[in-house]
Amino acid sequence: MKFIQSVNDFVIKFANANGTGSASANNLFAKAIFNMGVPVSPRNIFPSNIQGLPTWYEVRVNEAGYLGRRGGGVEVVVAMNPQSMADDIAAVLPGGCFLYDSSNPLPSRLHRDDIQIIGIPFTSLCREQFTNTKQRMLFKNISYVGALAALLDIDFDVFTGLLGQQFKGKEHLITANITALELGYVYAKKHVECPLDIRVSKSDAVKDKILVDGNTATGLGCVYGGATVCGWYPITPSTSVVEAFTRFSERMRIDPASGRKRFGVVQMEDELAAIGVVMGASWNGARAFTATSGPGISLMSELLGLAYFAEIPLVLINVQRGGPSTGMPTRTQQSDILACAYASHGDTKHVLTFPATPKECFEFAAESFDLAERLQTPVIIMSDLELGMNDWLCDPLEWDDATQYDRGKVLNAEQLDALGSDKPFARYMDIDDDGICYRTYPGTHPEKGAFFTRGTSRDRHALYTEEGDHYVDNMERLLKKHRTAATLIPAPVIQINDKQHKMGVIYYGTTDNVMPESLLKLEKQGLHFNSMRIRSYPFNDEVAEFIERHETVYVIEQNRDAQMRSLLINELDCYPKKLIKILHYDGMPIPVQAVVGGILNHLDTQDPALTGND
Amino acid sequence: MTCIAKSKFHHPQLPTNDLGLTYRDYEGSMSTLCAGCGHDSVGAAVVQACFELSLPAHRIAKLSGIGCSSKAPTYFLGKSHGFNSVHGRMPSVVTGANLANRELIYLGMSGDGDSASIGLGQFAHVARRKLNMSYIVANNGAYGLTKGQASATADLGSVMKGGKEVMDEGIDLVSLALSMGATYVARSFSGDKDQLVPLIKGALSHQGFAFIDVLSPCVTFNNHKGSTKSYDYLRDHMESLISADFIPVKSEITAQSEPGLSKDIFMHDGSMMRFRATDDSYDLTNKQNALNAISEHTNKGEVLTGLLYLEPGSSDLHENIQTVCEPFNELTYKDLCPGSEALDTLNKSFR
Repeated sequence: MKFIQSVNDFVIKFANANGTGSASANNLFAKAIFNMGVPVSPRNIFPSNIQGLPTWYEVRVNEAGYLGRRGGGVEVVVAMNPQSMADDIAAVLPGGCFLYDSSNPLPSRLHRDDIQIIGIPFTSLCREQFTNTKQRMLFKNISYVGALAALLDIDFDVFTGLLGQQFKGKEHLITANITALELGYVYAKKHVECPLDIRVSKSDAVKDKILVDGNTATGLGCVYGGATVCGWYPITPSTSVVEAFTRFSERMRIDPASGRKRFGVVQMEDELAAIGVVMGASWNGARAFTATSGPGISLMSELLGLAYFAEIPLVLINVQRGGPSTGMPTRTQQSDILACAYASHGDTKHVLTFPATPKECFEFAAESFDLAERLQTPVIIMSDLELGMNDWLCDPLEWDDATQYDRGKVLNAEQLDALGSDKPFARYMDIDDDGICYRTYPGTHPEKGAFFTRGTSRDRHALYTEEGDHYVDNMERLLKKHRTAATLIPAPVIQINDKQHKMGVIYYGTTDNVMPESLLKLEKQGLHFNSMRIRSYPFNDEVAEFIERHETVYVIEQNRDAQMRSLLINELDCYPKKLIKILHYDGMPIPVQAVVGGILNHLDTQDPALTGND
Repeated sequence: MTCIAKSKFHHPQLPTNDLGLTYRDYEGSMSTLCAGCGHDSVGAAVVQACFELSLPAHRIAKLSGIGCSSKAPTYFLGKSHGFNSVHGRMPSVVTGANLANRELIYLGMSGDGDSASIGLGQFAHVARRKLNMSYIVANNGAYGLTKGQASATADLGSVMKGGKEVMDEGIDLVSLALSMGATYVARSFSGDKDQLVPLIKGALSHQGFAFIDVLSPCVTFNNHKGSTKSYDYLRDHMESLISADFIPVKSEITAQSEPGLSKDIFMHDGSMMRFRATDDSYDLTNKQNALNAISEHTNKGEVLTGLLYLEPGSSDLHENIQTVCEPFNELTYKDLCPGSEALDTLNKSFR
């Protein structure tokens, strides 16, 4: 048998039962590799359940920095869950390694002779070492991390350092964890030839990069963006956005004199109420946001329509999961594009942004408050579970201290007084010809600037009207405002590799993780693509031009119905047959093989000579 | 309604309040509700209360949902910002507004459809959170804008205009508000301005969640024989247990109470509610007492009105979550943004 030989380029998959504390042990493993300077992407693949169901944790280690999901088998499996063992051993690539808990024998029917099978009796080792049942369960996980340190040649000192940081001031926990690590480490050294041919070696490829999940970065972005009010309702996978916002605010937003909070987070009774809070706070001049996922978007749609029509700024973070309905609550998708772009009844259009990295989560979140207030409309940040709930290697977060918040067109008492009597305040008058009107906060002036905010049709003075002309005037102005939005929101990222402009690819959000690697693989087959990562909607001129210039454009998405493609066709009037859909929507993040395979398959049907498959 | 625009002229000797404003300064635009609608009387009582309290109108924010009652804020306090939100969601919108600026006075105007049907959940939860606001329901037991369907507060056994008997149990919003934690609870009748105005003044001065259920007959769809929300029925069955008066801070010294007959409860701002119960043993600060009295009177076929419960020294959402005293909407970049140095430290913690 030939073992796989690979340094700093492999995927390892941990199979556990959920509720056993495995995620923190697996995270410790990933963090250790990161600390050795090797790019890493850990991914928690968990069930919608608290205890007992199978859960996996996949870590891709890649010196070259390709951290998207590769797809296919994996080099190493750590199998700690008998429930899923048959699938887990089948996932190992030929020549790969299968590490299992040999406290119980491996059923002979599962045996494979094309892989290296290593049994270490983790449960028995921990039963002997620890007396307390809970400790035995938790430290079993730490002990396999210890064994991996020996097998994969990870610096033991790195773990000691990480545990020291994690349990600072709790010496007994540090000691107990190190004991558990040593259990696995010593056993592996004694019984297995260490290290394996698959291993980790110190590198400087990580440079100054950080490892953080998208939701943490989003929550922090809301702090930096000046959000003070958050109404929310718990829903996977968005909950940790609000948790992060609260945690950071409790550290950095306490008034030093009084010890009181410069923020208010209120857990509401449902998503209807959550967005209601955001709307009321924004109407009253505070920066406010909420975070939710698909089912919450459905519930919030009514108030999103009101915010669009009554022109109230608000920030909504949608961490997308598998739909429709309850769908796959713990799996990822990009399937709310149309539901968000056109949320609510009647003619509505919303501003969307599509972050692809935690750094963009941070930046887009912070900037979205400026955008929402400038445009007086909802701004929806379209993250997803893959980005939000997993740690990603990314550039350090940056902040320019010269930043000033753009609070948009708001008149204060002096400005109201300065208005001539011939031009009194009119809430919905398009004075600057950009579709954006001036507003006032409640309580500004004793005599001037008060108006009625309403979801009914109204004239330029905010007075109720059913006059068709006034209604159309207002709706057309809202369209103009939407066009203004296109000039203010993040531009697409375009990369030109082929000056002939024959083939292009369009993608967005977390598909970014697999694109550099996918394009490289296609490049090696002589197939050159220009690429465009869409970062926001409404689309600006660059998006239209990119499609215009190419003969064929692949639109790569993580949903069934090619929703971004529909949006492009609907908004830009482009020729539908030119836009080829490449779709992946099984709930797992799109893998490289789906992109490469999808494009090659299509080319094959067009001209087999192109792919060399004739 | 009438299509004659409201005149802006008024008698030069109209009485003025401490701000030098007349009653007319607190009015809104011309009502488009049906002539004789109870809701217009509620609006007039709000105007009277705000005028007498000398409240600067622009420091009041009036919010509503959808329905006839929710249209009503257009017809009072024209110098206040108003927000006609969506059906049943006013409580969450006012929660956000209140979080953003704790210094304004929040007046929620709703109806029985808006609060007892589509918005029952939000109504219950805003009371639970003790949001500092006055919440008025103009309650007529019927849907007006959609032409007379029964609402959830229509009493079991009462008869709707088409002759259909109400077969579902009616929801008593007062009892619900009490159970959910409201700290100022009253019921009144739109036709009894003498009772209603002091109740509104007390609610506007109360720190915490003040709820007033105002029975406000629908002259078009629910004012017939067999209705339990008609003018005639209410006049016959109203039982005013506690008459209350609002005594502002400045009048305290002159307004001596009559020993043995009336009792005073101080509000957080030093003003007080002076009330007189027909039943001497009634304890206004005892929630169970209030709940019992409501059900006893309901069983007797009476509608109990007046101030029914008041929790002195009550708290509110801002106190519960310990926010700063200054309004959030006045905090600046400097107050809110931790800056690049703090971010560098955070970057280190992500390594």
